[in-house]
Amino acid sequence: MLSAYLIQLADNALILGHRNSEWTGHGPVLEQDIALSNIALDLIGQSRNLYQLAASRMNTLSPEKEPVTEDDLAYLREAPDFKNVVLLEQPNGDWAKTILRQFYFSRFQLLQFRDLLNSKDADLAAIAEKSIKEIRYHVKWSSEWVCRLGDGTTESHTRMLNALEELNPLVAELFTTTDYELAAATGGWGTDPASLQPDWLQAVNATLQTATLPLYRDEKKPALLLSGKNGFHSEHLGFILAEMQFLQRAYPGCDW
Amino acid sequence: MPSHEQIFEDKIEREVRIEPKDWMPEDYRKLLIRQMSQHAHSEIVGMLPEGNWITRAPSLRRKATLIAKVQDEAGHGLYLYSATETLGITREETIDQLLSGKAKYSSIFNYPTLTWADIGAIGWLVDGAAIMNQVPLCRASFGPYARAMIRICKEESFHQRQGFEILLTLSRGSEAQKHMCQDAIDRWWWPAVMMFGPADESSPHSQKSMQWKIKRFSNDELRQKFIDVCAEQVKVLGMKLPDSKLQWNEETQHYDFGEINWEEFWNVVNGNGPCNKERLAARKKAHEDGAWVREAAAAYAAKKNHSSEIR
Repeated sequence: MLSAYLIQLADNALILGHRNSEWTGHGPVLEQDIALSNIALDLIGQSRNLYQLAASRMNTLSPEKEPVTEDDLAYLREAPDFKNVVLLEQPNGDWAKTILRQFYFSRFQLLQFRDLLNSKDADLAAIAEKSIKEIRYHVKWSSEWVCRLGDGTTESHTRMLNALEELNPLVAELFTTTDYELAAATGGWGTDPASLQPDWLQAVNATLQTATLPLYRDEKKPALLLSGKNGFHSEHLGFILAEMQFLQRAYPGCDW
Repeated sequence: MPSHEQIFEDKIEREVRIEPKDWMPEDYRKLLIRQMSQHAHSEIVGMLPEGNWITRAPSLRRKATLIAKVQDEAGHGLYLYSATETLGITREETIDQLLSGKAKYSSIFNYPTLTWADIGAIGWLVDGAAIMNQVPLCRASFGPYARAMIRICKEESFHQRQGFEILLTLSRGSEAQKHMCQDAIDRWWWPAVMMFGPADESSPHSQKSMQWKIKRFSNDELRQKFIDVCAEQVKVLGMKLPDSKLQWNEETQHYDFGEINWEEFWNVVNGNGPCNKERLAARKKAHEDGAWVREAAAAYAAKKNHSSEIR
């Protein structure tokens, strides 16, 4: 259960980092190309720390098996084995959609990692401590952009409205609790995401209000049938993996 | 009283850096704007062939290193655009020249990256050639350019080592990996050799540039130095450079090498390289798709300034 929990955290970081890295070289202005690439780099760094920890726990549990590495976890699992939330595998769309996705997730990740600072697992707590400094910057950067775009021009405001319409239905999954998250929370090394929702809502809506955008309302609509955390993904993930895993799949067993 | 020209020539002679507020001949300014902006554009266009492999990098470590490398190039572009601005031309004007096709960038980036080994070959050969060109520029007579080059060279030599290390790993890998490695060297070698520009006798701007101490060595001198270094390094990889005439010459104490295909060089410079259209189209698309974002940021900044004035 611990490894499933760690892998979920790692998959979130990897998939969003991968998506952000698609912007590298194509950003709207040089400084922001650098900023978003930097966030991609932070997220991939976080995923590496988490996969390494998951691998070491798995290897301790099953010493009879061939040892697993960070790259086995990233490159040799199939789409249904990935546990990232569906929000993060969405195509980048325009700058507004990329910004809103980052803002929603970083706001969530900040609360989640703040709880993980108190994890009973000292290694996980250490990763949280290292990552939280980065996440604070991601929150600041993305919040500033939400304000700029929401309260910028008519066009940028409209684009933000479109982004809200596309992404809002995917937010609830962040706060639904899976079996392995419940076990992690009960065991004292993880956190139950449902408990983070009130703080998230307050923080997100404060920014949306400043940005003159409609507030996020937690309407009890029928739940989305997809559940990335349980391996039930949108079709987008398969294409991410096809691209990301291609060399490892085409030339098995090689060092790179 | 010495004239402006005399003071300028005297500073060049005594190796005193020319700074943006100093008087300088119009041709010196023009030559620098041309060279520095081309250099900045090369960094930015150069992000594309390597960025092409970020989403396919074969391990998490390689992925992170490649993102960091491409991001460094964006940073280099940024300092070079800023240094160019000190000569009295805005970043917008310089970028417009790139997008309209008026300004050039290094032709090497018009070649495609077809396999992962190309990322190694670019690091080793392309960054290697760039360093050969750029190290003497750290002593260029124009202060902001020289200072930008010092920072850039430090990062470039790190990139070059990373590139070589990618190839070294491939050269010690499976047969398919070795093949990939040799193939990338075969495709990148001659374009890298051409990066030093035309032979001295047909390089129109070289003479002025040497006289003003922007440039310190001729294209052919730097090219020879590059070939001498690579001919040795390729042995460590256990690979071959694709030149049957490459041979150590005891007399000159240099490697002799084969004929450069200048027809190909001019073809690529004049827009007929394998990826000229794609590279420029990608830059234009980023610029056009980003227009509303830049407008929104400007509108928001103006609003905030205005409201803070009222308060």
